[in-house]
Amino acid sequence: MTELRSAPHERLGVSVESIMLNVVLALLPIALFSIWLYGLSALALLITSVVVCLATERVFNRLSGQSSTLSDWSAMITGILLALVLPPSFPLWMTAVAAVVAMGLGKILFGGLGMNVFNPALVGRAFVQAAFPSAIATWVPSYAPNRFHEFIPTTLTQPLMIPPDITAWVKAVSADAFTGATPLAMWKFQHQLTAPEDLILGIATASVGETSAMLILVCGLYLALRGMLDWRIPVGMMGSAVILASAFHLYNPDFFPPPVFVLLSGGLMLGAMFMATDMATSPVTPLAVWTYAILIGVVTVLIRYFGGLSEGVMYAILFGNALAPLLDRSLPTRVFGRRKPWRVGS
Amino acid sequence: MERREEIEAPGALPSRQDGRPSRPFRLSSYIVSLFRRKSFARGVHPDTHKSTAGKPIRRLPYAPRISLPLAQHIGKPAVPLVRPGEEVVRGQPIARADGFLSVPLHSPVTGRVEAIRLHPSASGAWVESIIIRAYDSSTQEVLWREPRDMEALAPEEILAAVKECGMVGLGGAAFPSHVKLSIPPERRIHTLVVNGCECEPYLTCDHRTMIEHPADLLRGIGYAMRAVGAQRAIIGVEDNKPDAVAVLTPLLPADGRVTIEMVRTKYPQGAEKMLIKSLLGLEVPAGGLPLDIGVVVNNVGTLTLLGRLLPAGEGLTERVVTVTGPAVKRPGNFWVPLGTPIRHVLQCSGALDGEAHAELEVVLGGSMMGQAITSLDAPVTKGVTGILVYDREWISRETATKVYPCIKCGECVQACPMGLNPALLGMLAAKRDYDSMSADYHIADCFECGCCTWVCPSGIPLVQQFRVAKGLLRARAA
Repeated sequence: MTELRSAPHERLGVSVESIMLNVVLALLPIALFSIWLYGLSALALLITSVVVCLATERVFNRLSGQSSTLSDWSAMITGILLALVLPPSFPLWMTAVAAVVAMGLGKILFGGLGMNVFNPALVGRAFVQAAFPSAIATWVPSYAPNRFHEFIPTTLTQPLMIPPDITAWVKAVSADAFTGATPLAMWKFQHQLTAPEDLILGIATASVGETSAMLILVCGLYLALRGMLDWRIPVGMMGSAVILASAFHLYNPDFFPPPVFVLLSGGLMLGAMFMATDMATSPVTPLAVWTYAILIGVVTVLIRYFGGLSEGVMYAILFGNALAPLLDRSLPTRVFGRRKPWRVGS
Repeated sequence: MERREEIEAPGALPSRQDGRPSRPFRLSSYIVSLFRRKSFARGVHPDTHKSTAGKPIRRLPYAPRISLPLAQHIGKPAVPLVRPGEEVVRGQPIARADGFLSVPLHSPVTGRVEAIRLHPSASGAWVESIIIRAYDSSTQEVLWREPRDMEALAPEEILAAVKECGMVGLGGAAFPSHVKLSIPPERRIHTLVVNGCECEPYLTCDHRTMIEHPADLLRGIGYAMRAVGAQRAIIGVEDNKPDAVAVLTPLLPADGRVTIEMVRTKYPQGAEKMLIKSLLGLEVPAGGLPLDIGVVVNNVGTLTLLGRLLPAGEGLTERVVTVTGPAVKRPGNFWVPLGTPIRHVLQCSGALDGEAHAELEVVLGGSMMGQAITSLDAPVTKGVTGILVYDREWISRETATKVYPCIKCGECVQACPMGLNPALLGMLAAKRDYDSMSADYHIADCFECGCCTWVCPSGIPLVQQFRVAKGLLRARAA
C-alpha cells in the first residue's frame, strides 16, 4: 500500500513556533535596550516575569494532564511583554503575581494558546494596576550611574511587603531635576511637554520597554516584513490616534498636545506593534481588523485626554480584545459572487 | 505602437499557412503588460515546481493490458458495445453514452477485449471496466475514423460531434464537454474564456500542449465559439509561460476575435471563477455557472484535442499527462493512452526503481488539489492531468509539523480566493455545526482549492474538514 495524504500535499511551512520565535527575537532588542537603560533591576524584572510565566504554564499543563506547551514560545512572549509594560522599579514579588495572573487568568483559564480573549500580558498588568496602584506609578530615571552594580531599592522588596520610599534614592541618582512622572502624566497633571527626540530615543521616564519609539518601530517593521505581524493594526491604531489628536490639537492647541507627542509617548507604539497585534486576541476579517485598530487608537486618545488616568493604551487594547469576536461576526468577509457582507445569513 | 504596426503591416508580417496575416509577439508590449497584470483578490503563491515545462511531450511504450472504467466522466456511466473476446481496433467506439449527461468510450489500443469486470480505480473503489489486451505486433495506428467537414456544421452538429468523440473537461473536472458547450436558448454567450493558466504546481501538460499544438488549439477555439455562439474568445495564460504566449500570438486569427491575455501567476488563477474575474472583472454569482453571466470556460487541453479530433472524426483515446515529483527519476510530459495502468507509467519514468511502494505517495493531479491513490493498478482516465510522486523523505518533511490550536492569525482569511472565513468555518467544523457553516458562512461556495490549509501555521487540515462537511451536507440534502 502506498502513502495516502489529503490535498494539499505541500504547505507553506511557516509554523506557530516559527512565528512565535520571531516575535521573541523581535522583542529581544527592546528588552536589551531596557536593560541598558535601567540595569540590574530591568534584567531581574525580565527574568522573573519570563520564568514565572513559563512555570505557571508548565504547572497548569501538569494539572490538566497535557504535555508541555512551552515549546510553542507563546508563554515566553507573554513573559517578555509583561516585563516590558511594568515600571523598572516594580518589586519582583509583585511581578511574579502579575505573571501568574497573566498566564493563569489571562490565558490558561480560557483554554490556552489561541483560546484566550484578552492579551495575557495586559491582563497581568491590569491586575497589578488595580492591586498595587502606588508601586505601578513609581517611576525612576534611566541611565542611573550605579544601575549595573545595584538594584533599585524597591526591586528586592520582601514578598507581601510594601516597597520602601525611594524619593531620596531617586534624588541621589538623577542628574537633573527628575520629576518622577511619565511624559503623559507630566502633560496631563503638570501641563509640561517632553521633547519628541527624548521620546524617540527612549530617555524619557517610562515602563521598561515603552521607551524608544524608534527601536519599537524597527522591531515591529521586521515582523511586518516577514509577514508575521498584521501591519493593518499598527497603521490603523496609530493613524486614528494621530488624526484624532490632530483634530483636538487644532481645536485647542494650548490645551491638547501635538499629535507627534501622542504618537511617541507612553505605550502607544509598543501597544500598537506588539500588544494589539496579538493574533489570538485580534479579529481576522478585513473590515473587523480595521475597525478594531481604529477603535483602539480612538479609545486610547479619549482615555488620555478625558479619563482619570494619564495612559489609556492598556484599557483600549483590552476593550478592543473584548470586541474582537463580535467584530469578526458582525463584519464578515464579502464572499465572492455575493452581496451584503455585513449581514450574516442573508 | 499602433501606428508602427500599420506601417509594417502590408506584406511585411509573417503569414500563416492559410495566408492570413498575423500579429508578431512583441517583447516591449510584454514588458509593459507585466506591470498591469490582471488578477483576482487573495490567493497564494506556492512553489511552482514546473521543471518539466521545457520537456517536449513524448510517447510511452504501450502497456500490455489496459482497463477502461465505464465512468471516467461526471454523469451516467457509458454502456459497453463490445463483448469479452471481441477484437477491437484503436479508435473504435466500445461503449456508448447513456443519456445526455454521459459520453462514449473509444478503444485506445488495437487488441482483444479480455473482460468487462470490476477493476481498481483511482478513488480506491473497484469500478466496472473494459479490460483490453493490446496486440504485441500492432502498430497502434488509429484505424477507426470518419473525417468530417467542420466548416459545414451547424452549432448543434458540432455539439453532437463533441459528444461523439467522448470529450470531457481535460483540466481535471472530466465534465462532459458537449454539456458544457450546450447553452440554454434563453442565454447569450459573449465570451469564450480559454483556460491556459495551469496554476497547479508541478503540472505542465497544458503549457506543453500550447507550445506544441497551437494550431489545433486555435481550431478547437473556433469550433467552441461556433458551438456556443460567442463573438470573442480570450486565452488566459499565467505570466510564467511567456513562451506559450509567444507561440500563440502570431497565429491568432486576423479578425481579432481571439485574443491572448497574460494573468498573474498566482494560485488558483486557473479556477474558472477566478479566471473570469481576472480577465473580465465579472463575478459568477454564488451557486451559479459562468453561463449565467454570458461566459463559457474551457481548458486548453480540451480545446486542443477537439481541434484535432473533430475534423479527423476520431474519438478521445489518449491525453497528455505530466509525470513528475521528487521520486520520479525521468520526469516529463507524455501522450498516455487512456486505461494505461499508473504502475506502467511510473515504471517507464523511473519512479519505481529500487524503492518499495510503501515508501511512495502517488497523487493524481497537482500538489494543491491532487488526489492520492491507493492502487497502482488504477488506470489513467480522461480527467488525469498529472501523476505526482513523493518519496519518503519528502513525506516525512511535510508530515513532521505539529498541529496547534487555531491562533486566529487570519492568514487563511487573507488567502481564501472565495472570500470565506476558513478560521471560523474550521471552528464550526470542529463543533460539527454544519448547519451554521452552510447557512451563515457559505461553505457551499468553497471549491476546495486548499489555500487555507497551505498557509495555516497551526497545521490544521481545514480543507479536509470542509470536504467532510460538504459531503455530509450534500448527503443530508439528498
